[in-house]
Parts: sequence; structure tokens; C-alpha cells
Amino acid sequence: MRMLTTWLSVLLAAVIATTWPHGVAADELRGTGDLGIVVERAAGAVQIIDTSRREAIARVEGLGDLSHASAVFSRDGRYAYVFGRDGGLSKIDLLTASIVGRVVQAGNSIGGAISEDGRLIAVSNYEPGGVKVFDSETLAPVADIAAKSPAAPEGSKVVGLVDAPGGRFVFSLYDAGEIWIADLSDPSSPQVERFEDIGTQPYDALVTGDGRSYIAGLFGEDGLVLLDLWHPEDGVRRILSGYGRGEEALPVYKMPHLEGWARAGRLFFLPAVGRHEVLVLDGDSWREKGRIPVHGQPVFAVANPDGRRVWVNFAHPRNDVVQIIDTESLEIIHTLRPGKAVLHMEFTPRGEQVWISVRDEDRVDVYDTRTFERLASLPMDKPSGIFLTARANRIGL
Amino acid sequence: MARIGGALVAATGLLAVLLVAVTNALATPSDDRQAELIHRVKHDCGSCHGLTMKGGLGPPLLPAKLASRSDGDLVEVILDGVPGTPMPPWRGELSEDEARWIVRTLKEGLQP
Repeated sequence: MRMLTTWLSVLLAAVIATTWPHGVAADELRGTGDLGIVVERAAGAVQIIDTSRREAIARVEGLGDLSHASAVFSRDGRYAYVFGRDGGLSKIDLLTASIVGRVVQAGNSIGGAISEDGRLIAVSNYEPGGVKVFDSETLAPVADIAAKSPAAPEGSKVVGLVDAPGGRFVFSLYDAGEIWIADLSDPSSPQVERFEDIGTQPYDALVTGDGRSYIAGLFGEDGLVLLDLWHPEDGVRRILSGYGRGEEALPVYKMPHLEGWARAGRLFFLPAVGRHEVLVLDGDSWREKGRIPVHGQPVFAVANPDGRRVWVNFAHPRNDVVQIIDTESLEIIHTLRPGKAVLHMEFTPRGEQVWISVRDEDRVDVYDTRTFERLASLPMDKPSGIFLTARANRIGL
Repeated sequence: MARIGGALVAATGLLAVLLVAVTNALATPSDDRQAELIHRVKHDCGSCHGLTMKGGLGPPLLPAKLASRSDGDLVEVILDGVPGTPMPPWRGELSEDEARWIVRTLKEGLQP
């Protein structure tokens, strides 16, 4: 009889092991505050990572074309919503390491956002150009906002989609040169407010952590545009207009990303387009305070959560390096060489570690942000974006 | 004289054909370089044109979309970029032969 029970429990364990996805044991209660995902762009997969153990704990496949993929998290930090290039929107349960919902909602998309109440997922699309909104629970379609305007009658590619307080989503129209605010506090009838002639080719945008300032970068001209979401009635305002006037810009082999904006005290750090510089702005007046010469064309400039340092990575062909800027002296205090094609950097919520994806080396490395010592290195297949669940609690991420 | 001229023309013609053949042979990058170029097309070009070349901020680069454009035009686009758009010039990063090889590879369709 004892033999039988032993056998039964072995059998039961085997059944659990095969039916429950690897990585997280069924009987293990745990939170998700120290979890996240790493996108394996070519494999169409994500690895679920645990930043306390510094390990990958599971892998989820079948997510389609993940070039330029990004993710947002449900407000309970359990689910990741992954936005693929091929229009796929996948909902992943981090605890069971499984896909619990997936829709292919457009032909070509670029990213998404989650509403402040966690109920809506918005996706920005290139083809057909616009924003589609889904129920975060079921992924059922809720609203469809076509980005058509007199400046782009065929429809415009949409970039720089963020969530903002008041049930709003804000985004930019690349081909039309417009910024739109969509108020979805009543999801069945979105109210759209349009801002025209904001500048040529907005390519990406950010919203500050307080949800007040929406800033779009322009590719077609030197400068950025600012929309004060507390006072949209004041319209848009140019900032850093002509910051590179009279200088010839370099060819841009990779577009900078503004989502990793960095604010440290009053200062605000942004990657310059087509220049080997990080721009420094006064975050109150939005005037230029300086420029920091760096190793290459910056892609991301992200502040450590304590604001003390800004970490910068670079575009091809100078993308094997990360530089760290001290936000008091505005000097580069350290240069790291993680390897070929550093694509993304993500800090743990309080900033003691940074996770860095090194695409061409098929690795994600974990560094101590104070000593710059490498703490761990995890094999991954062409890793790109790294997204931790702490984003669930931040406006605009 | 006419005959000699004719022979000369024929010889020149033959030489030209040989030259083209030799240049074509030279124009194909080594296997290692081909692998690098494919990697670059997928990952660096792919950041705007999509990993599977279905397009993104940049237009799709699928065979059907490229069929109507001459190789020469497309080589020029790769090497010199498209002013007024984010397409950068890759001259200096890529030789003309390499750009031509990329064009041919894209027209045949990139293998996943």
C-alpha cells in the first residue's frame, strides 16, 4: 500500500510537471514584483526573468514577429501584454508561463499602452494607421481610431502612444505631423482632440512620470514638441528648436527611443538625433542647458531610478558600448563594453541592478549599477527589449 | 580591313562578356560575408523594415514590392539613402557589390 501511494505521488508529480509549464511550480505561491520578460526578437519568444534570483525561469513561444516588440503590464503585475511587429497582441500569464490570449489586430504595429485603470489596452499601428483599443481582460475590441486627416488622407502611421491621466491615450501621427489626445473615459465613444502642424515626422514620444508633459521628437527637423496635458488648450510648443542648426547631421542607422527619457532633479536628458550627443534640458523652462558629447548616436538615455546617473546606449555601428553620465557633473564617469549590439537597458525598481540585452552575443547581462561589476549573464536568443513588472505602476510605461 | 575590324569588335565583345562574368563572380561576397550581410539586413534594416521585411516605419522589402524597381535604383537607395526620409546612406558600411547582392537576395525573398 505504501508502495502504491509512493507510485501515485510520483505519477501525480509527473502529471503536474508535464501539464504545468516549466519554471513556476504549481504549488509555489509567489508575487510578480521581481519578474519581467525579455523579448527574443527573432525566435518570436519571451523569457520570463526573476531579478531576485537573476535567472530566467520560463520561456513562452509562439508570439509571431517580435522585431521592435514592447510590452506593458496589468496593474496586478501578473500579465504582460506583448505588442509584436506583425500586429499580434499577446497576453502572457507570468505565473503559468502561458499565452492566455492573443489577437492579430493589424498588419503592422509599433507598440502599445495600458489605461490608468488597467481596463484598456491601446495599440498603435502603422498599417492600417491608427490606434485600436481592446478590453484587457478578454482582448475583445473596444474602439478603433483611424489616423486619417487632411494631411494624411490615406491614413498615417502612429508612433509615440502613451497613457495619460484622465482615461486618455496620447499619440503622434508620423505622416501627418499631428498629435492626438483620445479620451476613452467612456470607451464606447472615444473623444479625439487633434493638434495639427506640430512639425515634420514625429518619430517617437514620451510622457513625463507625472503624466503632465507629452514630448514628441521630430525626425524631419531639429527640435521637439511639447504638449502640456494639464493645459491642452494652450496647444503645442516647440522646444530645442533647431538645436543642430548649421551642423550637418550624421546618417541615422537607428532611430533614438524617447520612452527611456531621463529626469534627474530639474534636468532632463534626451538622445539627440543624428549627433553624438545627449541633450540636457531644464525640465521646468524646457530650455537647453547643455549637450554632452558621447561615444556614438544615442538610442536610449535612461536614468537610474534615483536620478543620480544616466545610462546611454548607441546606434549601429557603435553599439557595443554603454556610457554612464553623472547627472551632477554632466560628465561620463564610466564606459562599459558589454559586447556587440547592446539594444536595451532596464533597471530593477530601485535601481541596484541594470539588465542589458546584447543581441549579437545572444546574452542578457546583469550589472551592479554602483560598482559596474557584472553579476550574471544569461543566454538568450537575439534578445532585444527587457520589461519588468514595476512598469505596471508607472504612468506612460 | 573590315574583316579585321569585325574580328576586333567580336574580340572586344567577347572580352566585355568575360569581364562581366568575372566581375559578377567577384561581386558575390564570401560565404562569411553573406552571413553577416543577411544578419545585418534582418536586424539593422529590420528595425525599420521589419524582421521579415513586411515593413514598419520604412516600406516593405518583399519581392513583389521590389519587382518593379531596377537593381540599379535599389542599389542607389541603399548606398545613398533617401533624402527627406529616415533611410540613411549605407555607403562606407557597404560596398556597391554588397548592396547589389543584398538587392538580388531581397528580390528572391529572404529565407527566414
